[in-house]
Amino acid sequence: MAYSDKVLDHYNNPRNVGSLDKNSPNVGTGMVGATECGDVMKLQLMVNPESGVIEDAKFKTFGCGSAIASSSLATEWLKGKTVDQALEIKNTDIVNELSLPPVKIHCSVLAEDAIKAAIGDYKKKRSVGTAEAVTAH
Amino acid sequence: MKKPVYLDNHATTPMDPRVLEAMLPYFTKVFGNAASRNHSFGWEAEEAVEKARKQIADLIGANPKEIVFTSGATESNNLAIKGVAEMYAEKGNHIITAATEHKAILDTCKKLEKEGCRVTYLPLKADGLIDLDMLREAITDKTILVSIMYANNEIGVLQPVAEIGAICKERGVLFHSDGVQAVGKVPVNVIKDKIDLLSITGHKIYGPKGVGALYVRRKGPRVQLTAQMDGGGHERGMRSGTLNVPGIVGLGEACAICQREMETESARHRQMRDWLKNKLESELDETFINGSMEHRLPHNLNMSFAYVEGESLLMGINDIAVSSGSACTSATLEPSYVLKALGVGDDLAHTSIRFGIGRFNTQEEVEYTADRMIEVVRKLRDLSPLYEMAKEGVDLSKVQWAAH
Repeated sequence: MAYSDKVLDHYNNPRNVGSLDKNSPNVGTGMVGATECGDVMKLQLMVNPESGVIEDAKFKTFGCGSAIASSSLATEWLKGKTVDQALEIKNTDIVNELSLPPVKIHCSVLAEDAIKAAIGDYKKKRSVGTAEAVTAH
Repeated sequence: MKKPVYLDNHATTPMDPRVLEAMLPYFTKVFGNAASRNHSFGWEAEEAVEKARKQIADLIGANPKEIVFTSGATESNNLAIKGVAEMYAEKGNHIITAATEHKAILDTCKKLEKEGCRVTYLPLKADGLIDLDMLREAITDKTILVSIMYANNEIGVLQPVAEIGAICKERGVLFHSDGVQAVGKVPVNVIKDKIDLLSITGHKIYGPKGVGALYVRRKGPRVQLTAQMDGGGHERGMRSGTLNVPGIVGLGEACAICQREMETESARHRQMRDWLKNKLESELDETFINGSMEHRLPHNLNMSFAYVEGESLLMGINDIAVSSGSACTSATLEPSYVLKALGVGDDLAHTSIRFGIGRFNTQEEVEYTADRMIEVVRKLRDLSPLYEMAKEGVDLSKVQWAAH
């Protein structure tokens, strides 16, 4: 199986690996996928509550190289965007950027789901006003 | 050390230069048709074929007349199972096999099921061995064939073949074994193991691709097969088609070399394999061996590296050729059915790697492989949310994952 240069680059030099404080009210956490399916993505973003801009994003992924690359790319794209802009990121954008083959499209879907889950978590925290994190979505 | 390192010797092996040497004259100089009975070209080809037949027979304790040449193990398996099913249709229609067999067995059985046969797929114990009591219970008066592989291609587990053979003999049922991974690697003896049909291929024993053999017992009992290809009636009418003389010479030579060198070779492989296993286990936590370590081919290691998905692992060790049981590396996008049959959870099946050490591997290559594996597993665990959760004490089996 041949990987695109961009997938290889993200796999070899993954951007924004790590974790943010999931208990912080400004951090949204999205965890999607399932161990049985062979891929689990955890994506976190930290939002400036005043401006609504995503100031930091981190990920950890269990999955194939394309899943790692999709989530790594997602964190790059998230930084600097407002929450509303982030919601516009589509899995097809990731597919195009990374030249993912059809068999790997689900990796990009997972990344989009992870973004939505993280933003959902952040919004929930904001509306409830409590620091409750979701370990599994 | 030359890279990439090849450690996928269960998939195929490089051809031994001595085998190639033996084959070469039979492409250009001795090119006769082994079935040509009235000139020297034919006689010389036939002589070469008969020498190879003996070399193969000697390796497995058979009589040369019991060797039928085929195009490889898939054909041998098809011929054995379909040939018996058709020939013994009046006696019965029940076949017993196991869930971890090669697809050449399983899919052949599935085909026969569509044609009215009944097939029992025995489950496996957690160590990958079949339960002999279950086998005994599965045999009925309609059973005509038991097909159980000698050694598994993924986990290298050796089945209790001699015991299976004894049970089959006692119950008057034919016993076929897919010997592809075992022949030439561990002692296989069709008399001692009471095997009636044994599949062999060239390319797993440092011989050529596209040539194989089927051992068909001639005495006690005399096994008959319905040919699956019609033609000139070669190979005692069981397999028509002009013999692939250079390939057959290569298969014979490969068997002869295995017979001479098996003892020292398997000891060397076992030492390298055990070194690799110990090194990986001492440097990495949460590794799991798939299948019995005791009943196992000396050159096989199948290990799961929890929390690290197999395809991403292969991507990280891209100058080493190994295989993974991960779904992402299979055509079906399902994790290994062999590991599944052992009760290995999908989560661990996705993290499994198969190492197959071969004749031309060096200790240096094995050490390089261990170092790269350790480095990449550690890197990917740093990237793995599951490893992080496990370290935090989260019981991953209790987490409700969102299916996708």
